[in-house]
Amino acid sequence: MKFDYTCVAARAGMLAFSAAIAGGVTVALAQDSTVEGIAKYRAALQDGNPAELWEARGEGLWKTARGPNKVSLQKCDLGLGPGVVKGAYAQLPKYFADGDRVMDLETRIVHCMVTLQGYTLDDAKKNPYGSSDRKADMEAFVAYVTAESRGIKMNVSDKHPKEQEAYRLGEKMFFFRGGSHDFSCATCHGEDDKRIRLQDLPNLMKAEGAQKAYTTWPAYRVSQGELRSFQWRLYDCFRQQRFPELEFASDASIALTTFLARNANGAAFDAPAIKR
Amino acid sequence: MRNGHISKVGALSVAAIVAAIAVACATPPTDREISAKATEMLKTSFKARGQAGMDRLDQDETQRLCTQYAGKEIPKDVSERIEQLNLQAVKWPSDGNYLGDFKNGERVAQEGRGKQFSDDPKGPVGGNCYACHQIGPQEVSFGTIGPSLRHFGKLRGYNDDIRKYAFGKIWNADAYAACSNMPRFGHAQILSEQQVKDLVALLMDPESPVNK
Repeated sequence: MKFDYTCVAARAGMLAFSAAIAGGVTVALAQDSTVEGIAKYRAALQDGNPAELWEARGEGLWKTARGPNKVSLQKCDLGLGPGVVKGAYAQLPKYFADGDRVMDLETRIVHCMVTLQGYTLDDAKKNPYGSSDRKADMEAFVAYVTAESRGIKMNVSDKHPKEQEAYRLGEKMFFFRGGSHDFSCATCHGEDDKRIRLQDLPNLMKAEGAQKAYTTWPAYRVSQGELRSFQWRLYDCFRQQRFPELEFASDASIALTTFLARNANGAAFDAPAIKR
Repeated sequence: MRNGHISKVGALSVAAIVAAIAVACATPPTDREISAKATEMLKTSFKARGQAGMDRLDQDETQRLCTQYAGKEIPKDVSERIEQLNLQAVKWPSDGNYLGDFKNGERVAQEGRGKQFSDDPKGPVGGNCYACHQIGPQEVSFGTIGPSLRHFGKLRGYNDDIRKYAFGKIWNADAYAACSNMPRFGHAQILSEQQVKDLVALLMDPESPVNK
């Protein structure tokens, strides 16, 4: 993978800067043109995605001997056999006999860090979401692995009873109303063509909405300057839902991911993406 | 498929055969069993953080019933029960006055913070009304999950019945529409009585920009 780091970073900076100006100007205009402006901004973002920096770092880390056992993750079995990264994400989450449970990508990477590299479970799960002064290895791994499924059709299995159960548990999670505000996932993601402020909301109860949403995560978030994984997406949704903190790689996160990923079956995976 | 199994019997251990039969013959869990398991799963998948304690996952009867009928049509007796339960719980203002200050109401409607684990527990706390509703004419960044509230009072009439309805609806939306998407702002102690009154003023004061 060859590209000019400085160039990508500079372009990202320019985009963020011009987006800030565009944002300032459009406020004064009527809403239609604001929406149009946002669409243009999003289109402009597609040219030069800093997610590439995470992908490259992730690939480097993946192939580096690390942990107490001083081995790389190159023998990690992401579901298509040890060492196969290409296309692996498009069929996750899935049932893994070696753990006798359904795992999503992040959970599987944690599993490999523990079983291959000899990390403790706590160490492998530490710092899943990065910040500017403390980058997360996990987000780099996620960027690298998911990029290797770009263009491949989502094909999440429902053959194993535990896969079927995870899907049904995820569906229950989707409709669970709680917290101070009575919110469930369905409150915001259960109807077509709705918005929060000016942010379009995908209807995750329909194939089209689930496909569009799921296949564009992970994503580089311009507003945060970080690449965010799907685990992070769920974590932050529940924060806004006024729930307690969704634990990284928890059963509920895997179940909900299974529900959403399988609803996206048939669509070509198209991430890491770039979002506002 | 059965023949396939039989032909491989020699190669399989007894344990594997038993496991295969268990998988093939196990009936999928019932909806009730999945619901119970999902509730258990929540308890081990979340952790208390900041002001968002694990009690946020304890459902009251309204939340439980609305979860049970989510994505389905709610039977009439159930929706009536939910509405009655919530209407009875509305704490009407003791002074009988529903109208506060519309300017402060606008601030409450704009403020999106409050009750998230990332928010300062000391505040500020708002209703974040613009997230879902069109309200004042000057704000173009509004959501569409709820109906437009533009000209709310002007269209419905500046009278006490509508003022009372607006107060009750903001205090506890489920009192008027079972399993509404709208939070029960007063009932769940998200907003104070004064903040709810200020929002009523934003909608019902003839001088409010909403009615201009």
